[in-house]
Amino acid sequence: MQLTGAEIIMECLIREGVEVMFGYPGGAILPTYDAMTKYPQLRHVLVRHEQGASHMADGYARATGKVGVCIATSGPGATNLVTGLATAMMDSSPIVAITGQVPRPAIGTDAFQETDVTGVTLPVTKHNYLVSDINELPYIMREAFHIARSGRPGPVLIDIPKDIQNEKIEFIYPEGDMPLPGYQPPSSATDDQIEAALDLINMAKRPIILAGHGTIMSGGTKELRELAERAQIPVTLTLLGKGAMPEDHPLVIGMMGMHGQAACNHAIQEADLLIALGMRFDDRVTGNLKTYAVNAKKIHIDIDPSELNKNVNVEVGIAGDMRTVLTQILPGVKGAEHAEWVNRIRDWQEDSDERDILKNHQGGLIAAQVINDIWKYTEGEAITVTDVGQHQMLEAQYYPHRRPSTMLTSGGLGTMGFGFPAAIGAKLGMPEEEVWAVVGDGGFQMTMCELATAAQENININVAIINNGFLGMVRQWQEIFYEERYQATPMWNPDFCVLAKAFDIPSMRVTQREQVQEAVEFARNIDGPTLIEFVVEKEDMVYPMVPSGADLDKMIRRPKPGEKV
Amino acid sequence: MSSDMQDKQILVALVENRPGVLNRVASLFRRRNYNVDSLTVGRTHKPDMSRMTIVVDAKRTNVRQIVANLAKMVNVIDVRYLSHEPHVARDLALVKVRAQDATAFNTVTEICERFPARIVDIGPEVTILEITAREEMVENFIEELRPLGIVEMVRTGIVAMGRGTRIHDKDHVPAVPLNTANGKQQVI
Repeated sequence: MQLTGAEIIMECLIREGVEVMFGYPGGAILPTYDAMTKYPQLRHVLVRHEQGASHMADGYARATGKVGVCIATSGPGATNLVTGLATAMMDSSPIVAITGQVPRPAIGTDAFQETDVTGVTLPVTKHNYLVSDINELPYIMREAFHIARSGRPGPVLIDIPKDIQNEKIEFIYPEGDMPLPGYQPPSSATDDQIEAALDLINMAKRPIILAGHGTIMSGGTKELRELAERAQIPVTLTLLGKGAMPEDHPLVIGMMGMHGQAACNHAIQEADLLIALGMRFDDRVTGNLKTYAVNAKKIHIDIDPSELNKNVNVEVGIAGDMRTVLTQILPGVKGAEHAEWVNRIRDWQEDSDERDILKNHQGGLIAAQVINDIWKYTEGEAITVTDVGQHQMLEAQYYPHRRPSTMLTSGGLGTMGFGFPAAIGAKLGMPEEEVWAVVGDGGFQMTMCELATAAQENININVAIINNGFLGMVRQWQEIFYEERYQATPMWNPDFCVLAKAFDIPSMRVTQREQVQEAVEFARNIDGPTLIEFVVEKEDMVYPMVPSGADLDKMIRRPKPGEKV
Repeated sequence: MSSDMQDKQILVALVENRPGVLNRVASLFRRRNYNVDSLTVGRTHKPDMSRMTIVVDAKRTNVRQIVANLAKMVNVIDVRYLSHEPHVARDLALVKVRAQDATAFNTVTEICERFPARIVDIGPEVTILEITAREEMVENFIEELRPLGIVEMVRTGIVAMGRGTRIHDKDHVPAVPLNTANGKQQVI
């Protein structure tokens, strides 16, 4: 059958199982938008800014584990995707971005809306393509999805000149092996590696598991739990690993790192074995590398060989699929108790920062209380999508998750503006789930134009704006490290409820803790987007805090009542 | 071999011969802050595959990280360390030196006899010498020429190959033949 390049794009998207794409039309991508009219089974969500499209595709991918798709035109359309691609790259989220390019004869002439998009996106994509021959297009489409979702997932961009979108060829969908000689993601571990790992696991007195995003992405959460339970190994989670094991499980201590639970950080520093699963020893997790877990031997299992021995040198490094490798390891793991070690960790847990903040009521609303109440009234079952900053860390601390892929957040890149559009994407991917975007007043304003998208598509999500009138996390650093010089952090904000009204979105403002339950019920009972503004304490802090570059167990703790900072 | 030379590690990468691959590799080195002494790229006996020889200073850069990151790239078919095994490594230099009188020219001829070098161009005031040798020998050659007055010089950087049956090759044929619209193969 003779098809145009644009129609081939649609045919390939359908064969990849794509249901929805997020995009914004423009000159160089118009043939593809025109082809959409012939493929009504592909839902297109019109965004208000291409950055929103990239975050929506990302949110969709994180919630479903499937590849998210975003589409933009050449030049400014494509460059607006860059933040979203970088976000997806850092957090290994599978998305395919399709961009229009000026026609081939115009490439390199500084044509209208021309940008070297493959050049611009090279460092922020797992791979990218500039299609130069229509015969390659079906192969490239198929490869792009394969590369995005396999191995360590990531964003792939396909830049397609307008004349190729219009050109016609006989379309034959390529079947069989893909000719990707340079792309062979690792899968299983060797017997020697398994043996070396088992030696360490079975001998350890104070072992601890560090579970990251990779355990979730590989689908290895069941195996993780089996490992932890069989040998009674306490589990700490990275920010993106939240939900890898139910956080109410007795072996789960909590989140590690800069704003992690103190008990986790103490345990890591005193452990004699770290079992790092699908995480990458980010600086926010390790603190000072020179003093990081110096007493511990280390096993590191990750799908990406270049992560092994990158930040932390390990005794056993295994490049492989987490689930496959854990399945290989499990039969050799001997049952153990580690009672003394587990009890020691319990002692640390007694001294938690949660102790006072949830109980103490100082009149006004406290962000941690709001988030904990949202957890309570959503029975801890919602998909929460956060933005970046204090509310993000408080969400991680005060909204325990039981299931994988229910807490979505920009961890690696720390992209403000991610939360709200990513929540739209998550809801479209998981329509049966309750989705909350928990965002700060600062980050929300970066992508709040997507309120129109949510209204136009009637996306049933609840937006909780934690409004402290500050860029809170930056203000916190200014308070601690810059003698309270609040340069450019106080924010004049619009009336968010009036704003919501302009988009015909129901809203509520909450200033008292007693109203939180009512607000959550209000939001849950509306079939469509809702916005709740929580007006919280302006100069609140997130504790504990490991100052950047400090030793992991040298945390600034929440002052006890009556104590001076 | 001096310790300085031992810190030099030679990597060989087989890459797809298509537009942009050199840019991808160079971009990786730049963004990961890898120090590279030299990088040469050229065709192989297979039209769809090119070969890169990369020399890095192991003192300044974690070579294992470079290999892992290169191997991760979709267009990089295979990467190997060559320094660990017997190999042949060659650097080529063209050196333009002053040779205005018979004495100077005799010196040039005499130096060329002691090195795997030859005179490839003789002008009225200058002459061009070509040497192909191990990097160290090329260095020595250049040092001997320096007193004569080097006016221009260019070096290719190292190309290398394992000795004997240490064959570094892969089969690779792209799904769609590369665009040959202009009658010539695109180069990276």
